Amino acid sequence: MTAKTNTDDYLRMYTQMVRIRTFEDNANQLYLSAKMPGLTHMYSGEEAVAVGICEALTDSDRITSTHRGHGHCVAKGAEFRQMFCELLGKEEGYCRGKGGSMHIADQSHGNLGANAIVGGSMGIATGSALRAKLQGADDVTVCFFGDGATAQGLWYEVMNMAALWRLPVIYACENNGYSEYTKTEEIAAGSITARAEAFGIEAHRVDGQDVLAVNELAQTLAARCRKGEGPFFVELMTYRYHGHHVGDINREYYRSKEEEADWKENRDPIVRFRGWLVAQGIATEDEIEALNAQVKQDAKEAVTYAEAARYPDISEVDMHVHAETDPATLRPGA
Amino acid sequence: MREITLSRAVNEAIAEEMRRDPTTFLMGEDVAEAGTPFKVLSGLVEEFGTERVLDTPISEPGFVGLAVGAAMTGARPIVDLMFGDFLYLVMDQLCNQAAKQHYMSGGKLTVPMVLRTNLGATRRSAAQHSQSLQALVAHIPGLKVAMPSSAYEAKGLMKTAVRDNNPVVIFEDKLMYQDKAPVPEEEYLIPFGEANVKREGRDITLIATSSMVQVAEKAAETLAAEGIEAEVIDPRTIVPLDEATLLESVKKTSRAIVIDEGHQSYGVTAEIASRLNEKAFYHLDAPVLRMGAMDVPVPFSPALEDITVPAPEGVADNARRLCAGEMIHAA
Repeated sequence: MTAKTNTDDYLRMYTQMVRIRTFEDNANQLYLSAKMPGLTHMYSGEEAVAVGICEALTDSDRITSTHRGHGHCVAKGAEFRQMFCELLGKEEGYCRGKGGSMHIADQSHGNLGANAIVGGSMGIATGSALRAKLQGADDVTVCFFGDGATAQGLWYEVMNMAALWRLPVIYACENNGYSEYTKTEEIAAGSITARAEAFGIEAHRVDGQDVLAVNELAQTLAARCRKGEGPFFVELMTYRYHGHHVGDINREYYRSKEEEADWKENRDPIVRFRGWLVAQGIATEDEIEALNAQVKQDAKEAVTYAEAARYPDISEVDMHVHAETDPATLRPGA
Repeated sequence: MREITLSRAVNEAIAEEMRRDPTTFLMGEDVAEAGTPFKVLSGLVEEFGTERVLDTPISEPGFVGLAVGAAMTGARPIVDLMFGDFLYLVMDQLCNQAAKQHYMSGGKLTVPMVLRTNLGATRRSAAQHSQSLQALVAHIPGLKVAMPSSAYEAKGLMKTAVRDNNPVVIFEDKLMYQDKAPVPEEEYLIPFGEANVKREGRDITLIATSSMVQVAEKAAETLAAEGIEAEVIDPRTIVPLDEATLLESVKKTSRAIVIDEGHQSYGVTAEIASRLNEKAFYHLDAPVLRMGAMDVPVPFSPALEDITVPAPEGVADNARRLCAGEMIHAA
């Protein structure tokens, strides 16, 4: 363990996990106080997955995200202010309020967007990797999806092509134990890792509550992807603290309160990593408390800003249906 | 001017655009050495190699999905969907993903890709290889839809499609691949949203797409011999639609028939007819007629199949009746 030499990296990983948890706590409050239109899906509990992976990537690496996508968005470098604006449908949101919680995209950091069709971005991620290979670029694409998405046929089609053409893509399956309101074991036959292995894709399973383990594996796989050794598959064992979406309050018909308490009290990724940071002497309890307080303050200010921000002008409703094409490029000889 | 087949015209357009822009590549089932079952793409793999002409597995949603992702990140894929009927397989990737990325991202993401596919019955291919499904995609905001009616349009529209910054679906009439038309040697592009007045006339406007343009032209010849001057207009793209040219013609002739090979109900003909009714009502001397394919799955038997699609005799007959005032009180 080389803790001391990577102090900044570790503290950033911790901060990013806290930022995700804090973002979600605020988003949940906005929903419960009826300030947020629509609904949203909380990432709380799964922070080590997004942060462990995204900290192994650069801004030119791409990710595709899911309906449970706030964590990926924060981990890939997004700002609170534009994110809250987007959740509230405001003009300054990442998508000018047109996407909302389920479609946040932040191209400046390589986030190709959350996707509200389960498994819907598997083709996009694989196509991004195909583009990298065709153009000789060395970026890697990570495709985040849940265990529920492993039931979509699209995944098997694109894994086949990714393996045939050795594409630099990492399929990251966040197995949180539930496919919406149904236990994963009721929807998934056999082994999930074996499905990737059937295509000749190297598959790994990792503790998704251990940010260092996730990050170490992601670093290795991203580096190998850049050398042309992809694709890879990773199953990350994790847990979502909230329901399928914020309105899924009474969950006892599909999972027990004891089970939820066990994950929160004994396996929380932030608590675990915090303990490790203190034990290693990387940060003191006071420093961590100060850091937490700063993130809380940042989130509060961003929420206040977003609440006061403007909605898009109604003239924007039919903007961005089609992209502009420069007429000069449509001339012969152009 | 030289004459080349529609198949050759498509091939030339793609080759020229692939030479022009190194980010362009071609993918689909049997597009490389086989050059597709219709041999439209023969020779391209020899020039551009298997890196830029990719044979895919039979996984339509998968490879259309890959094209969307490649397009979102800086490439310009041209995807070959072997039969238009397979559009149903790729609806999520095309309509939920490709069509909506630009809008959902507030204009940040773009999807410059071409999906080339085909339409057209009477090839004795039965219900799952004969459909004309342009209405399905024209209904979805975010897509553009081109419908070439000859080799000339096929080349000029394809070149524009490749350079357009949006997902474009281009339907070729698979019965016209061997039909020749004059095509200039020098480079040209046909802009989207510009209808082509194929024949001028004062008595009635025949608005026809793709395979139905030649049907309308034949009907117009028959009518001309009887003293009825039909104007024939090919919109060339149905999204965007050159409404102005259509309205101008109908205001002049005061009668119109819209002809398209898709099913008539809830189809392209209905949309265009409706716009003419809304915007040229006081110029009309007769109701605007729709002529689409019958609302039946395409049958195999030639005896049945041939009567499911509009033919020149039917168009001429309807035109005569409209011009004679017989259909003013048709209801």
